[in-house]
Amino acid sequence: MSTLGLIRMGDNTLVLGQRVSEWCGHAPALEEDIALANTALDLIGQTQLWLGLAAEREGAARTADTLAYHRDAWDFRNLLLVEQPNRDFGVTMMRQFLFDAWHLEALTALSAHEDAEVAAIAQKSAKEVTYHRERSSDTVIALGDGTEESHARMQAALDRLWPYAGEMFSTDEDDLTDMSILRPAFDVYLETVLTEAKLTRPDSDFAHMGGKTGARHTEHLGHMLATMQVLPRSYPNATW
Amino acid sequence: MTRPSVEEVWTWLSAVPDPEIPVISLVDLGIIRDVQWIDDTLEVTVTPTYSGCPATSIINMEIEQALWAKGIKNPSLKRQIAPPWTTDWMTDTGKAKLEQYGIAPPQPAGGPKRCPHCQSTRVEKISQFGSTPCKAQWRCIDCLEPFDYFKCI
Repeated sequence: MSTLGLIRMGDNTLVLGQRVSEWCGHAPALEEDIALANTALDLIGQTQLWLGLAAEREGAARTADTLAYHRDAWDFRNLLLVEQPNRDFGVTMMRQFLFDAWHLEALTALSAHEDAEVAAIAQKSAKEVTYHRERSSDTVIALGDGTEESHARMQAALDRLWPYAGEMFSTDEDDLTDMSILRPAFDVYLETVLTEAKLTRPDSDFAHMGGKTGARHTEHLGHMLATMQVLPRSYPNATW
Repeated sequence: MTRPSVEEVWTWLSAVPDPEIPVISLVDLGIIRDVQWIDDTLEVTVTPTYSGCPATSIINMEIEQALWAKGIKNPSLKRQIAPPWTTDWMTDTGKAKLEQYGIAPPQPAGGPKRCPHCQSTRVEKISQFGSTPCKAQWRCIDCLEPFDYFKCI
């Protein structure tokens, strides 16, 4: 099995975990702050499992930390969606919702993977992500069907992020499972939530590609990594 | 030294408190999955509650310290993530202690049965997430006290 599939899963949770943790201390309400920090914590925990297994399998004396802190943007294999900046709370929660809706489908499929270690990580993660999806769905509904202002912001968030949704279902032989077959279930769930949230799915399914293949990340990833990696890169042997 | 039995080791471990919720032990929490002797090494299998729970490393340290204090020189800790931890593994004693402490124990229905302070069944959810990954925030509609609910997973 190629380790690239494991790295893709781990890079998604790492990059989104870092993005979400940027809210720590800045969220609009204390409960939201705690919820976002807990979500970030789950994602970073899942990263340790995915990248830990990737490092072990490649057998090149790297660890989850080496992979996280000592690779540059062009070596990352995360989806473009998760590296998009937080912007306002609406964009953050819409990004989370789109990711969670895909993530839970992917983890459910991977829970039956023939590789027992992959299946174990997926089963563990799926329990946590079930809570993530519940919360991001509830928030999208509350804000989409909220005030005129919150509705407008959620629709704008969906319009902005939609071109990054399609990449989640692009697939190749390096993926741990065929991601394209997850689309129908995703679409059904999306429709249910968007209807309740009074939001309109954009007409065009045009999708930006290049994150999971590493061909072309957006300009945002490098800036994020600079912040995330500065300490281990400046002090390579630093320990707690 | 004579090798302590596996049962004896379980008794020791049931005296090690959870670092975040010290009223319950690691055994009550259901995260100690196995204890066995492999030749002269005592192996303790531990499963994490949530994959990113920061208490995990403290828990491992406390298990090691408890075993060192009993004269076990080189305990080996094994991490096991499958099957994933579930609140079904929490002991009934653990659940009772949680409620007494003010944390509503996990319920299969997905929400607390009653307020741990006044026992009212009229409760409402504030947030799916609480002060630690394993808890959610709820509030009692009668006594108005907010309380932690140990999420059922």
